[in-house]
Amino acid sequence: MNRISEFFVGLVFGVGLMLSGMTDPGKVIGFLNLAGPWDPSLALVMGGAVAVGYFGFAVAKRRSSNLLGGALRLPTSNAIDRRLLLGSLLFGAGWGLAGFCPGPALVSMAAGQPKALVFVLAMLAGMAVFEVLERGLYRSGAAPNKA
Amino acid sequence: MSIDWIHFTPWTALAGGILLGLAASAFVLINGRILGISGILGGLLVPQKGDTGWRVAFMLGLLVAPLLYAALAPASFITLPRIDAGTTRIVLAGVLVGVGTRYGSGCTSGHGVCGMSRLSPRSLAATASFMVAGFVTVFALRSWL
Repeated sequence: MNRISEFFVGLVFGVGLMLSGMTDPGKVIGFLNLAGPWDPSLALVMGGAVAVGYFGFAVAKRRSSNLLGGALRLPTSNAIDRRLLLGSLLFGAGWGLAGFCPGPALVSMAAGQPKALVFVLAMLAGMAVFEVLERGLYRSGAAPNKA
Repeated sequence: MSIDWIHFTPWTALAGGILLGLAASAFVLINGRILGISGILGGLLVPQKGDTGWRVAFMLGLLVAPLLYAALAPASFITLPRIDAGTTRIVLAGVLVGVGTRYGSGCTSGHGVCGMSRLSPRSLAATASFMVAGFVTVFALRSWL
């Protein structure tokens, strides 16, 4: 049951990304381009998602297990630290450079977009760099807090 | 500021956003997990025993989405993506997104959609940070290049 549900959630999320237009980097850049002709679409995507998600998470917060009887894993970290802010700033810079964030890039890659494939490979390399740096940190004993 | 009325697509944006919210809600309620793409993908790079199946199942669904969309969506809903960035910029962007999302523990889905939905101050701070960095980056590109 779990695997089937996870698959369909991924499918719905991917369809949502395509329908919303967020798989088009031009629309993302159009939103981030506050100075020029501004495309507010992304704000409505986020607004629609959060308006629905608010209720989903409100129910989830009151439960101790998921509907399949397993664990309900909500994030426990509240830390607003250098890692969070610096990492998010780096992500935002990359997002603005190409107009891709992870989900839409993966979906565009699957749709056969060559530049999205290049982006995903570079993103995986970036994630690998993070893993290597983290392991180095752990080995030296300076383990940072995980989210 | 002027609105780009040519590219603004309020209804599909809102409908797509609602689907994202439904998926994130279903994931936390049915599977008990946060729908964060960078975390789900990143966790596959160094696979942990018993922690890969759900990631692979989700990713397969995500990657099959374009097939389903192409089969179901009316032609007017399918637009060609506009990708201005050249290969060098794409690679730099990808590396920044990869390192940044893992270091900051989330991206537009985990912090943006899920975190803001559960009113997490931590995710709000992350979302504000990557939004501001995105605004500044696009402004800089438009001004200097």
